[in-house]
Amino acid sequence: MVDLPRRSLLAGIAALGASACAKINDSEAAGSLFKAAEDGHRVLHRALAGKQGLAKEFRPDQRSPTFRGNGSVTVADPFYQDQLAKGFPEWKLEVRGLVEKPLALGLADIKALPQRTQITRHDCVEGWSAIGEWQGVQLCALLDAAKVKESAKFIVFRCADTLYGRDYYESIDMVDAYHAQTIIAHSLNGEPLPEKNGAPLRMRIERQLGYKQAKYVKAIEAVTSFAEIGQGGGGFWEDVAGYQWYAGV
Amino acid sequence: MKKHALTTRLWHWVNAIAIVVLFMTGLNISNAHRHLYWGQYGFDAADAWLDVIRFPGWATIPGHYNLALARDWHITMAWPFGIGVLFIWVAMLWNGHFRRDLMTAPMDWTPGAVIASLKAHSGPGGHAHGYNPVQKILYGGVFGVLLPMMLLTGLAISPGVAGFAPWLVDVFGGRQSARSLHFIAAWGIFGFFVIHIVLALTDWRLILEMFTGGKRPAEPALPQPEPIPVTDEGAPAHG
Repeated sequence: MVDLPRRSLLAGIAALGASACAKINDSEAAGSLFKAAEDGHRVLHRALAGKQGLAKEFRPDQRSPTFRGNGSVTVADPFYQDQLAKGFPEWKLEVRGLVEKPLALGLADIKALPQRTQITRHDCVEGWSAIGEWQGVQLCALLDAAKVKESAKFIVFRCADTLYGRDYYESIDMVDAYHAQTIIAHSLNGEPLPEKNGAPLRMRIERQLGYKQAKYVKAIEAVTSFAEIGQGGGGFWEDVAGYQWYAGV
Repeated sequence: MKKHALTTRLWHWVNAIAIVVLFMTGLNISNAHRHLYWGQYGFDAADAWLDVIRFPGWATIPGHYNLALARDWHITMAWPFGIGVLFIWVAMLWNGHFRRDLMTAPMDWTPGAVIASLKAHSGPGGHAHGYNPVQKILYGGVFGVLLPMMLLTGLAISPGVAGFAPWLVDVFGGRQSARSLHFIAAWGIFGFFVIHIVLALTDWRLILEMFTGGKRPAEPALPQPEPIPVTDEGAPAHG
């Protein structure tokens, strides 16, 4: 399980010997050191927490009075705005890619499935935190219903919002996809999700930072690799700004 | 015997590089959300106990706002820093550096001891006789409080660590409290850093010794009893 790329770690340590930070910031050696650290953190966290270790859940009175919306807080697409006004009667969530039985679920279908409710803390990469109660269906239930294939290694979330002219997307591996607290939420604090928080459906991946929690989810796609998607970083912010794909630190 | 053990010197310089990078990348990260809160949550500037200034490019790594790169450096350099703190504690307890030089006695905490330390340190030969009470208290505060606090609050902020050690977040009173304490401890270390550099620059030999190890001064000679005046009366009788 420990799959630290040792050679890149060594290359990275060698890079530390170089004098000017500015010079090596963008170098391959520094990049491989950072990648080694990121992979190391993921392996270490999972070894210590167990794959199914749960993030802390809070009492209702510990929630923050409101829940901040960040990144995209509105969606320009006219179909989306029409659906938002009507309560998303025709919105479909697709489950596709490496599955034997692709699905297209309406909001009512999703609410009819077994639900999970969790009060968790959302930690933004910028540093702030908010606590809210999320309700939705476990991602593993949808993946099982769609009969996800053995060859699937990652789950990609396709979103309705765009930022800087690009479609938002995110991805996680199968460990987080099958984590008990990984849910597709339709409600926040007992109400349907507001637009700023990702209406009608958003992801909750509770042991990672906020940018992994894709909002306005249209499709869930099982893939073997995300190298061909977007710029290959595995997510919008990973592509645009170079954020770490494993956002557990 | 060397004044500074090899383990001390090795750790000193690795740690020096680590804390400079950690501090300056930390200031870059701080620019991403310039408000500090107490408790588990906090996102509204109206609830902040402190609004932090925007740190200018010359104070940050990299020299412009880049959260991703600053976090990469910060998170990576946290390893030599964190392992280093554990290493130096084990080494100090093992080689007696802690017991001999840093452990205080109750009398070291009295105002008299502090005044005497400051006077002796500024006088000639002030560096000769090991650590005075003020130094013991300052170094003890850095090793015993600031460095471990930096490490533990940093771990507590990580959602992945909170996933397996939620108690660590609760010890500090919540994630936003841990983040505030991380910031406070960082400036505590910065304060020590400034005093440390200024005092080290007063005598370049001190800096050289942190490379070479230097030579430990001999223990101060015990004060000799006054010689007994020899008089005829007191002279031993020779019979």
